[in-house]
Amino acid sequence: MADREIMYRDALREAIDEEMAANAQVFIIGEGIAERGGSYKVTEGLLAKYGKKRVRDTPIAEAGMIGVGVGAAIAGARPIVEILYVDFAMLGMEMIVNQAAKFRLMTGGTGRVPFIMRTQGGTGGGVAAQHSQSLEALFYHIPGLKVVMPSTPYDAKGLLKYALRQDDPVMFLEHKHLYMTKGMVPEGEYVIEFGKADIKREGSDVTLIAWSNMVPRAMAAAAELAKDGISVEVVDPRTLSPLDTGTILASVAKTKRVVIVQEAVRRGGVASDIASIIQEQAFYDLDAPITIVAGLNTPIPFNLELEKASVPQVPDVVAAVRKVLHHDIPMAAE
Amino acid sequence: MAGKKEAAKSNVSREELLKYYREMLLIRRFEEKAGQLYGMGLIGGFCHLYIGQEAVVVGLEACTKEGDKRVTSYRDHGHMLACGMDANGVMAELTGREGGYSKGKGGSMHMFSRAKHFYGGHGIVGAQVPLGAGLAMADKYKGNDNVTFTYFGDGAANQGQVYETYNMAELWQLPVIFVIENNGYAMGTSVKRSTKSTTLFGRGLAYGIPGEQVDGMDVLAVKAAGEKAVAHCRAGNGPYILEMMTYRYRGHSMSDPAKYRTREEVEKMKAEKDAIEHVRDLLLTPGLASEEDLKAIDREIKDVVNASAEFAKESPEPSVSELYTDIYA
Ligand SMILES: Cc1ncc(C[n+]2csc(CCOP(=O)(O)OP(=O)(O)O)c2C)c(N)n1
Ligand SMILES: [Mg+2]
Repeated sequence: MADREIMYRDALREAIDEEMAANAQVFIIGEGIAERGGSYKVTEGLLAKYGKKRVRDTPIAEAGMIGVGVGAAIAGARPIVEILYVDFAMLGMEMIVNQAAKFRLMTGGTGRVPFIMRTQGGTGGGVAAQHSQSLEALFYHIPGLKVVMPSTPYDAKGLLKYALRQDDPVMFLEHKHLYMTKGMVPEGEYVIEFGKADIKREGSDVTLIAWSNMVPRAMAAAAELAKDGISVEVVDPRTLSPLDTGTILASVAKTKRVVIVQEAVRRGGVASDIASIIQEQAFYDLDAPITIVAGLNTPIPFNLELEKASVPQVPDVVAAVRKVLHHDIPMAAE
Repeated sequence: MAGKKEAAKSNVSREELLKYYREMLLIRRFEEKAGQLYGMGLIGGFCHLYIGQEAVVVGLEACTKEGDKRVTSYRDHGHMLACGMDANGVMAELTGREGGYSKGKGGSMHMFSRAKHFYGGHGIVGAQVPLGAGLAMADKYKGNDNVTFTYFGDGAANQGQVYETYNMAELWQLPVIFVIENNGYAMGTSVKRSTKSTTLFGRGLAYGIPGEQVDGMDVLAVKAAGEKAVAHCRAGNGPYILEMMTYRYRGHSMSDPAKYRTREEVEKMKAEKDAIEHVRDLLLTPGLASEEDLKAIDREIKDVVNASAEFAKESPEPSVSELYTDIYA
């Protein structure tokens, strides 16, 4: 079937729409998602198609609505709870961390929680400290949560469809900058399994690992470096948990140099964890120290220039790649 | 609730009425200017205007004494101006400049002033409610008679932490006035669409907190209710709830297409309930002030607001080194 170019938000809507049509257990709740069609228009038109029972506006009550979603999931429904900003998901952390993540283990595997929290994070347009965070590391840290961060419309659709067919809690983290970005998506049915990284660009000199909105930046950096004959391989893990270490390590074995880019603050981040996995499992493949390009350890400031300076930009990525290329571990004197 | 027509008499002094007129007009003109600067691209991010709700903060600020505290949501410009914060500093924060109250790092939603006991400026809906009770707790702990005005919206009233806070505030008899600014909508969701318990102050009764609904478009009614609440709190009788029935004329924020309500509804509120028109009427009808007197005030305010816009344009952008200040861990 033919491919079409559609927006990230349309791809998400198609995934929800198709899965709602296929499975009566799927429903969605969130603030302003029904009548208003959602702040990012992801749910536009779904109320008309599926009715109030399955597309429901909530009061402003994140702790409660996340908890209600987890409860419904335990009972076998497939709720999608949309939280406007990942920052607001903090109100529901109790339900996510102490309940949803642990239920399957605590029940000896007899209980499952097919709960999907869709939300978005990241900087963009000066929405300041409480609306700009990249908080994936908080979820990544918790055993029992799956953490998905799609960077393209194709991935967004396939991963969300897969999320709605598996049985564990999923933190589906979108990015506010990506909703209007476009990409090719096939007309036909497909899903993308979790734990399968995607090589967004093949290359041989450096492995550049990036997810979510850092993927377009990594791709731009790779294109720029290509002008100087530098061949960059861009690896997008797509799901941070489960993490496709196999694809990452294979790329490292090929290029021997690694740069990891994350928008989130550096401290305690997923990039650091990926770096630790690489050094532990592929230390002798490396020709240079692993370099991380990350957000500064600061709340996101309002001023646009400061906001921009606080998270990785394309030139930062380019500079980091050049640095690992020109770094050679000195041979021990024989 | 007093409408415009019947309100031409009051036993309030000319000075007091002129003060309300001036303060409400300052907020309105300031917000109009902020809207313009937003339109010109000088203000980015979110910008939530307070136009329509001016009587609430102006009436309540008239009940305060030095030391009283206030805390509110992201719809905070009016509260800051009403408690005496400088229009220049507020506008410059909106443009993200060094001269802003948070040095350009907080933005429209996040400003503070220790000197004026203004504690923000919070972007997480409902977060200011427990914080406000905490401010009051500190005053009670220190043994003074200050009260804290904790403002939140009808939408915020559905957050669970509000009710945990109500319980503690009454249990511990904290000197906090919960001011629910019920403007009918939370973004595009009307009160009716988000709760079956639409008399919002009534929920406090379950925790033992007295409260009442007030015509929040009538600054005199606000003031009278505020005095009562403040007396209750200062005397050590614990919290009080004021549900201010008010209305925002503009969209939720600058990017709101406002499809959830009719233009007629908005126009009707403006025509029949406008808080500034009401005070104008109270001044003009009995001859307490002339058109000329009020025009002079209009001009004064226009100057203050224009000066704040100039200041906000001229104030330098914060230096990138600011990324490493005010951060300590
Ligand atoms: C915890 C949280 N949830 C959702 C939002 C998004 N949001 C911002 S303002 C708002 C509506 C709040 O309405 P209300 O409390 O009535 O205040 P108003 O805007 O009318 O002053 C919503 C849902 C948020 N900022 N924080
Ligand atoms: Mg409201």
